[in-house]
Amino acid sequence: MWQIFHKLGSPKWFFGIASKLMPWLLWVGLSLLAAGIVWGLGFAPKDYLQGNSYRIIFIHVPAALLAQSVYMMMAVAGLVTLVWRMKLADVFVRAVAPVGAILTFLALFTGAVWGKPTWGTWWIWDARLTSMLILLFLYFGVMALGAAISDEKSSARAVAVLVLVGVVNIPIIKYSVEWWNTLHQPATFKLTEKPSMPAEMWVPLLLSVLGLYLIFGWLACLRMQTEILVREGRTRWVKELVQARGN
Amino acid sequence: MAFDSFGAFMIMEGHGPYVWTCYFVFFLLMGTVSLWSLRQRRAVIAQHRRAESPRVREKSPAGASFTRIEPSQD
Repeated sequence: MWQIFHKLGSPKWFFGIASKLMPWLLWVGLSLLAAGIVWGLGFAPKDYLQGNSYRIIFIHVPAALLAQSVYMMMAVAGLVTLVWRMKLADVFVRAVAPVGAILTFLALFTGAVWGKPTWGTWWIWDARLTSMLILLFLYFGVMALGAAISDEKSSARAVAVLVLVGVVNIPIIKYSVEWWNTLHQPATFKLTEKPSMPAEMWVPLLLSVLGLYLIFGWLACLRMQTEILVREGRTRWVKELVQARGN
Repeated sequence: MAFDSFGAFMIMEGHGPYVWTCYFVFFLLMGTVSLWSLRQRRAVIAQHRRAESPRVREKSPAGASFTRIEPSQD
């Protein structure tokens, strides 16, 4: 266990393992996402209450779930940065923050477009929507703070603290539909209960969720590799790798 | 298939514009961030290669260069 943890701290080791994993993550992820979306758009039955507008769920839920998961992963990485000063943890936070911001924007955008035919409005300042908007601003804050401090170590610590402070927003997003009276429907998936929809609807949703998580894995590896190449540009192994690989 | 024809699939009983707008924006943004990330990595590798290529090294040698100045003896 400690050996793996120690190895994870090595950018060189991570670079190699990421290169091996990336094709699998991308192609399996794309296949699952394509299967989930094709099934959901063309073959799943229409919702008796919402009609066909509910088909937005097959991208809205994966984007929203992943947006929150990415923030949680960033929080764990932030803690590792503060406690063990592991460089790779900071590399992860920097690499995935823009992806998290895009996913949060997508969750808000698809939610707004879905809201128009379902609720009759694009936007309402209720707990779920507002806490997701705060998540988007937290991602922007992490990106801006990281770019504003030039010293690598100070920047890593400041970003880690901001990420950890912002983590308080995640349970608010999750439980907002239970704590407050909102227009947003309750969670589609719960670990302790059966899904509230038939299998023809939740199986494609599960496929697209898994697919998007794997695609995120690919994107995270790719962006972390770039960040490592920038930071470790002067090291021998990067020089050798660049000469050997070309583009 | 949940629809009778391709036309019905596109229109989705009036909900088509909402559904297709979401899917368009989703793929546009995810595609853009993926391509941007791929190009970023390529650019960094190309930059390192240029910095390490022998021609660049010849043009900008690591050591400092000195120009001999003849001081006046007046």
